[in-house]
Amino acid sequence: MSKIQVENLSVIFGKRVKEAQELQKQGKSKVEILNQTGCTVGVSDANLEIQEGEVFVVMGLSGSGKSTLLRCFNRLIDPTAGRVVVDGNDITKINEHALREFRRTKMTMVFQHFGLLPHRSVSSNVAFGLEIQGIDEDTRIKKAYDVIKTVGLEGYEEKMTGQLSGGMQQRVGLARALATDPEILLMDEAFSALDPLIRTQMQEELLQLQEKVQKTILFITHDLDEALKLGDRIAIMKDGYMVQTGTPEEILTNPATDYVRAFVENVDRGGIVTAGSVMFKNPNAVRIKQDGPRAALRKMSNQGVTSMPVVGENGKFIGFVKDTDMKEMEDKGLRDIEEYMYSKEEVTAVTADTPVADLLPLFLDTDLNLAVVDENRKLVGVVVHSSVIAEMIGKERDEVKQIREEGGIDL
Amino acid sequence: MIDIPLGDWVESGVDWLSENASGFFNGITVGIDSMVTSLETVLLFPPDYLTIIILAVIAYLMNSKGRKVFTKAAWKAGGGIAIFTVLGLLLLHMMGYWEETMQTIALILVSAIIALAIGIPLGVWASRNNAVDHIIRPILDFMQTLPPFVYLIPAIIFFSVGNVPGVVATIVFALPPAVRLTNLGIRNVQQDVVEASKAFGCTKRQLLFKVQIPLAKPTILAGVNQVIMLALSMVVIASMVGAGGLGQSVYRGILQADMGLGFEAGLGIVILAIFLDRVTQALGISRKQVSEEE
Repeated sequence: MSKIQVENLSVIFGKRVKEAQELQKQGKSKVEILNQTGCTVGVSDANLEIQEGEVFVVMGLSGSGKSTLLRCFNRLIDPTAGRVVVDGNDITKINEHALREFRRTKMTMVFQHFGLLPHRSVSSNVAFGLEIQGIDEDTRIKKAYDVIKTVGLEGYEEKMTGQLSGGMQQRVGLARALATDPEILLMDEAFSALDPLIRTQMQEELLQLQEKVQKTILFITHDLDEALKLGDRIAIMKDGYMVQTGTPEEILTNPATDYVRAFVENVDRGGIVTAGSVMFKNPNAVRIKQDGPRAALRKMSNQGVTSMPVVGENGKFIGFVKDTDMKEMEDKGLRDIEEYMYSKEEVTAVTADTPVADLLPLFLDTDLNLAVVDENRKLVGVVVHSSVIAEMIGKERDEVKQIREEGGIDL
Repeated sequence: MIDIPLGDWVESGVDWLSENASGFFNGITVGIDSMVTSLETVLLFPPDYLTIIILAVIAYLMNSKGRKVFTKAAWKAGGGIAIFTVLGLLLLHMMGYWEETMQTIALILVSAIIALAIGIPLGVWASRNNAVDHIIRPILDFMQTLPPFVYLIPAIIFFSVGNVPGVVATIVFALPPAVRLTNLGIRNVQQDVVEASKAFGCTKRQLLFKVQIPLAKPTILAGVNQVIMLALSMVVIASMVGAGGLGQSVYRGILQADMGLGFEAGLGIVILAIFLDRVTQALGISRKQVSEEE
């Protein structure tokens, strides 16, 4: 079962909530509901499932309801309708006492503007969560020092938080959230207030940290690059609605709506889209020993290609053949295509999860296609030059045509 | 036109209270009176010169806190006010106003302590409850703008003459900033800090004592300073209902058209004002600010 389930969650701010809910059911938009009832829809009928140990990113522009959604998880905001189920418990139903226990032990939060206590030292801030649980000072300070070490702030334990830079303050925020050993971390635009270099560094450190601690992390951001970098899965929100949920690659290669498409257009896709999604699946192949030059040529002309992978026993990839070579063999009356096959040093095979950015250099000194193989070296696909180029520039065919019409020279 | 005899109603209300709640008012009278007299006794008990030194040391320590006691930095921050305290009090002593000065300090401290004991909790309450805030606000406006002479009359009726009605009138006049600034300070605590504390499972009490009050402290202490200064500004008016101290000397100066007496006692009030202001202002400066300056 998933760690967190969100079912039909809605948050509506305002006085005429009932009416607004009616309108919401009729499918009216956020603006229409605001005009008719004066109510602001924060989150509309959201459904999510978050697995244990994953980094789940909710991405959306400001006003999309992502921070409101996050606050429903620990009930800093009470949802208007729907359920948030954590480990089988519906936390929208629990009483104040249970909620406090839940916040203290199970789920902590990291804030955009840190939310640190300026009158306390770093270690005392980090120990805050333990302090309010009534844990004695020695134990909690010892624990705080441990966590401070984990986030790389050793030596700053007794400094006041105001003396630290933004990046360091957020490490304190992170340490405070980790100090109570929660199972779930909520991160609300945690790195958005940091400057770009520090932000990148913090993202990497969060990923490394996650390797060690294996928490369930719910991360909110308005930055798609950040979402793609951190997220095991991403949900995209717009005007309170969940527009699409999926892995970064699914979102990039298969955007559900125009909104998402416009969003992902200018993203650096090379590092995320993999060979698996740009390859031609189950390609035709020449079978060694069985096919001769004539059969190979026929297969190639059927497909309209100039080269083709060669497979051995069990579909194992062993090399490529080109149509010109096959013609030559036929002319010479040779039978064994292995003599003219490109293999070993001359060809490269990759696995399906290789990012496209890593494929480009492989095309540098060969005009052959790339073979994609599985762990048993079985051929699963072929990647051609043009798909990789198309993926890297992220343009549709129509746009390319347009560029050609505008910028090309008529011959 | 309809004739509204509001004045009559107030009068009969005051009469009714003085007849039926006299026990209550007597209790308050005895309580406040004993507080003032015992504080006076304490202040006048040690040899005068020792009291001067003690007060100067308090001024020095308050203004140089966060620094080591006998350093240049500490002397720079607290030396001036310490010298001022010694010279000012010596002057008052030599002019023959020592007893009056100590009486005034006792009156002000008792009024301020009671005003703070009522005002700060009220301010906390108002900061957490908008309804309370809406009710208290106009009452505070009323207390601050009603001319003090007006409530001196019922004060005499309830508490007869002497120090007590003076203290009560002073409390009424000096209380509002304690409520207002406590309320303001707590409401102005950064919302993200409050939200973060809630997210970590704070109870309301923990939120108040571990987060809101510490962060609102500078504003609350500014309120303390205001309360004390307002209390000081009431000493002359309070002397009209029989409160003692420097205020009474000034009042006598006015009544007898004695220029010299009025000036001497008035100067004494100014010296006390500067002393009390510097000492209580220093309350609001935290150690952190001091360490950042250096």
